[in-house]
This record gives sequence, structure tokens and C-alpha cells, in this order.
Amino acid sequence: MPTPAEPKPANPTLTARIRKNFPSAERAFSLEVEFGAAPGFTILFGPSGSGKTTLLDCVAGLATPDAGRIAVGGRVLFDANASTNVSVAKRGVGYVLQDLALFPHLTVEQNTEYGLTHLPRALRKERATAMLQEFRIEHLRQQRPAEISGGERQRVALARALVTDPCVLLLDEPLAALDAATKSKILDDLRRWNQAHRIPILYVTHSREEVFALGERVLVLEQGRIIAQGTPHEVLRAPLQETVAQLAGFENIFDATVWLVHEDRGTITCRLPGDKAGTFVLLETPLIRAEAGSLLRVGIRAGDILLAIVKPEGLSARNIIAGKLVSLERRDMIIFARVNCGIEMEVHLTLAARDTLNLMPGKEVWLVIKTHSCHLMQH
Amino acid sequence: MSINWQAFRLTIELAVVVSAILFAIGLPLAYWITFSRWRWKFLVEALVALPIVLPPTVLGFYLLVALGSRSPLGRWWQSMTGHTLAFTFTGLVIGSILYSLPFAVQPFAASFSSVDCKLLAASATLGASPFRTFFRVVLPLSVPGLVTGVVLAFAHTMGEFGVVLMIGGNIPGVTRTVSIDIYDQVQASNYAAANATALLLLVFCFAVLTAVYGLNRRTPNQRSWTIGPVK
Repeated sequence: MPTPAEPKPANPTLTARIRKNFPSAERAFSLEVEFGAAPGFTILFGPSGSGKTTLLDCVAGLATPDAGRIAVGGRVLFDANASTNVSVAKRGVGYVLQDLALFPHLTVEQNTEYGLTHLPRALRKERATAMLQEFRIEHLRQQRPAEISGGERQRVALARALVTDPCVLLLDEPLAALDAATKSKILDDLRRWNQAHRIPILYVTHSREEVFALGERVLVLEQGRIIAQGTPHEVLRAPLQETVAQLAGFENIFDATVWLVHEDRGTITCRLPGDKAGTFVLLETPLIRAEAGSLLRVGIRAGDILLAIVKPEGLSARNIIAGKLVSLERRDMIIFARVNCGIEMEVHLTLAARDTLNLMPGKEVWLVIKTHSCHLMQH
Repeated sequence: MSINWQAFRLTIELAVVVSAILFAIGLPLAYWITFSRWRWKFLVEALVALPIVLPPTVLGFYLLVALGSRSPLGRWWQSMTGHTLAFTFTGLVIGSILYSLPFAVQPFAASFSSVDCKLLAASATLGASPFRTFFRVVLPLSVPGLVTGVVLAFAHTMGEFGVVLMIGGNIPGVTRTVSIDIYDQVQASNYAAANATALLLLVFCFAVLTAVYGLNRRTPNQRSWTIGPVK
């Protein structure tokens, strides 16, 4: 923990280069990242298992990288080459763990004062009280964590970490369990605090909604690598890595070429080569940063496709494609239909839909696919 | 009623001294067993658990040899104090500590390792040393296990027979504990006296255990740490 006398760097940017391997017979994993985080929020976004928590643990000192360097401003916390490894207790990194880890046997006030033992009692109390007021939980000071609500516990965890005046704040999915209203109130308080205390805040989440709501700089982490960074708009407009698509369960994945880019409409038209040579299917998909002629992949969930027996009209969906039913297979309570419309697509239907529409192999059908049901990925 | 109060007092004295010492040496030992990453740690764990399975006479026999005037330890003690360790109250205390060690250390270690390691991580990120984390987080959250360990050590010492007989013998006021006294009474066909002492021991032990488990009981809404001192 930095003593109060230690001068704080004027621009305490977190710079980290981390390599850490987890050799394992069944599931080897390696984290290899390099990034900087200026004062203010930086969002670390990625699916579970992408190495987000390991990254935070390395910055906090709870895990030791195999190689790399971690520094805040000019202060080096870890440097494999110089064998520098400041201990967890001396790093002065605020860390709100995923399930908060409030001390269950201590009151809110005792939890908040926990990191201030180096101060005289009166000053400790003063600092804790100020922080409890800032996060609007002063009235709970005598309660224990089990006696307060989830949002209040979240506030206590933030207050406990921030009262120590950390040089960096790490938040591991801090608001995942809270409702939107509570979440945004807590974020407002945290933002206000961050205005007065310019430190980097690394905010981990796996929720796209949260990334958009926060609207700050995003680092996209996947399988231990940073695969994209920028504003949420830039990053989420970039094509996804195919691995995400497979995790997200796309039954239909096709190669595609960007045919036309409609910047004005916010869509692009993709050309999917058909099963027979020379044929193709056109699909209207969301706009991404891609040039005409570039190769992509399109993923469509089988449950996102509608099936009609007459050509639908007056729909907002941009893709209405004629095809022929190839097969219908019942698995449990779902019908797995395969439709050939130049390419073969899997469509999931209910039993009732099959019976009402009198579906059987060979029947002419139309597939209806919304633009935003077409997910573009890197080839 | 011819209860041997002297034996009774001696037994309680022994149990109190032994459980107090076991508390003091059991805490660091259990801490080491819980948090050490030494690869040969399992050897120490096995050694600590040995008295659970070993017949008391085996332990008593080796202690007798080790404490007697022929061993280096016994000779050193004799040169320091003028008498041997065997057949003394101190010898009895040493034997009982070894014999009851696992009954204190194992509950201690079990309760330490059941403390959520995230709390330890949080404590470290808040600047606390391992020492401070132990006293502020691990120990207060382990109170039920600590109570259980001390009570088991106490009760186990109260009732021991084999080790006492081997290294203590049967010296009234020095090494004649209640269990030895009862055995003597039975040997002398003095069933009434044996019954009186045995009954008293039974009631006493039951009362102690009832009190402890009653205070230490866990109900879903009542958190166990409320009985322990927090600061």
C-alpha cells in the first residue's frame, strides 16, 4: 500500500505486458496480452474462460506471470526481467472480486476500515465515514454483509477498495447480479468518484449490453489474447472471431463474400456460394467494417429462421428466400428441418408448426431471416 | 459415597493444562498444515494423526522409554531437576499432549481450510500481511472449529487410561487419574465406589459437551461467529 507521503504520478496509466501459461493435459491455456489503460474506465470484454480474471489476478499480484512487466505510471509492480514482484499487500491495487469477498464477521464500517490499519484510529474513522457517505451507505455502518441487499453489498465492496486510495481499481463483473436501475446508480457514483480520483479502472464483463451501457474504451479478450480494442461501436462492429460463434451455438455457418456495402442503410449484402457450381444466395446482414469482395463467414441460429409455406409479404425481415424441404427429424420436442435454398440450412421448428403447416420433405417453403440474425465473423 | 476427589481434581487439572497447551501449539501447527505447500507435508499430517490409530499402550511404552533415565532426554531432565520424567505429572502432561494432538489439530486445520480463499485474497489486496489476515479473518471465522478442537482435546485427556498407566503409574495425587482410580476400585471389587466415580465422570463430561455444542450450534439464520470475540 502506498504511504500517504509517496507522490502519486500525475498521469498514472496502467501498462501491462503479461504472459502466463497454464499447462494442463486436458485444457492447456495461455494468457498473452499487452495493453495500456489510462485514467478512467477501460472495459475488458470476453466470454467466460477467456482469461479476464487471470489478467486481473496478475495485475493485483494474486497470480504471477511467467513473463512481462506491469507498471502504473512510473511505479513498477512486476518485471520478470528485473525480478521485480511487489507483494499483493504492497501493490496498492484496489480489487473488487467477483463475489465481493466481504468479511462476513465484520460490520460494514469494519469492512471499510480494514485496509486502513496503518492510519491512526481517528483518521481511519474519518476516511471510512467519508467514503461510506460518498457511496450512500453510511446508515448501514453497523450492519453485517448478510443483513444488507446485493446492491448495498456492492457499494460496501467498492468503498472498502477505494478508501485505501488505490493506484488502479480492478472490478471483476462487479454488477452482474444487479438489476439495471441499481447498476446505473452505482455506476454514477463510481464515475463521480473517478472524476475526482483519476486512476485507471479495469472493468471486466461478459455482457454486450453492459459494454454499450458503459460506452468506454473496450478491450476484447478471447482465449487469452486481446483480439480487438476501441470504442464499443468500433469493436462490436468488427466481425467476431469464429470461436465466439461456435460458443454461441450457430447451427448454420457459411462462407460469404461481401457483395455490396450499404453505408446509408446500415447493412451489407453478402453472396454465399451455392451448393451447385455457379449458383449463389444473397443475404442482407448488419453493417460491419468490411470492403466489397472481402471474405467472411455468416452464422445463423437455426432457431432464428422462420419458415413459411406461402411467400410472405409486408414483413420487416430483409431476407426471404425460396427453398425446398429436404428432411424433417424429430428430436425430443423439436423438429430439426433441413431446407435447400441453394445452400442447405438447418431450421428448428415446433411440433405444432410442422403439423399446422403440414410440412413434409419435398414441400416448397420460404425462409425468413432478419438482417440482425445474420452474424458476421472473420473468415 | 466414596468418590476419590483427589483423583478427580488431578484429572481436571491435567485436562485443563493439556488443552491449553494444545491450543497454543495446535494453532501454528494447524496453520502450517493448512497453508504450507511443502511437498512432504503429508508425512507430518500422518505423524500428527498417528495417535488416533495407535494403541495407547504403544505410545505409552515408547514415551516411557524416551522419558526414562536411560534415554538422553530422561538423563538431561534428571540432571536438571533431580528426578525422572516418568511417573510425574509433567511426564503425564507430555504424554497426554502427544496422545491428544490430532483431536485438537485436525478440527483447527479443517476450520482454517474451510475459510473462503477469496477472503484471504481480498485481505491481501487491502494491504494485510498473512499474520494480520490470520488474526482478523481466518481465526474469527474458525471459532466453531477451535472450540471443537479444544473440547475434544479436553475430553480425550479426561478419559485416557493406557498412556497414563504406562508412563504415570498410579501415584495418588500425582498420577492417579479418575480412570485409573476406577480401574483400581474394580480390581478391588469395590463396585459402589467405582460406580460413584464413573457416574460423576460421565455426568461431568456430558455436561461439558452439552454446554459447548449447545453454544456452538449452527442454525441457518444464526451465524456461528456470533459466539466468538471478533476483534
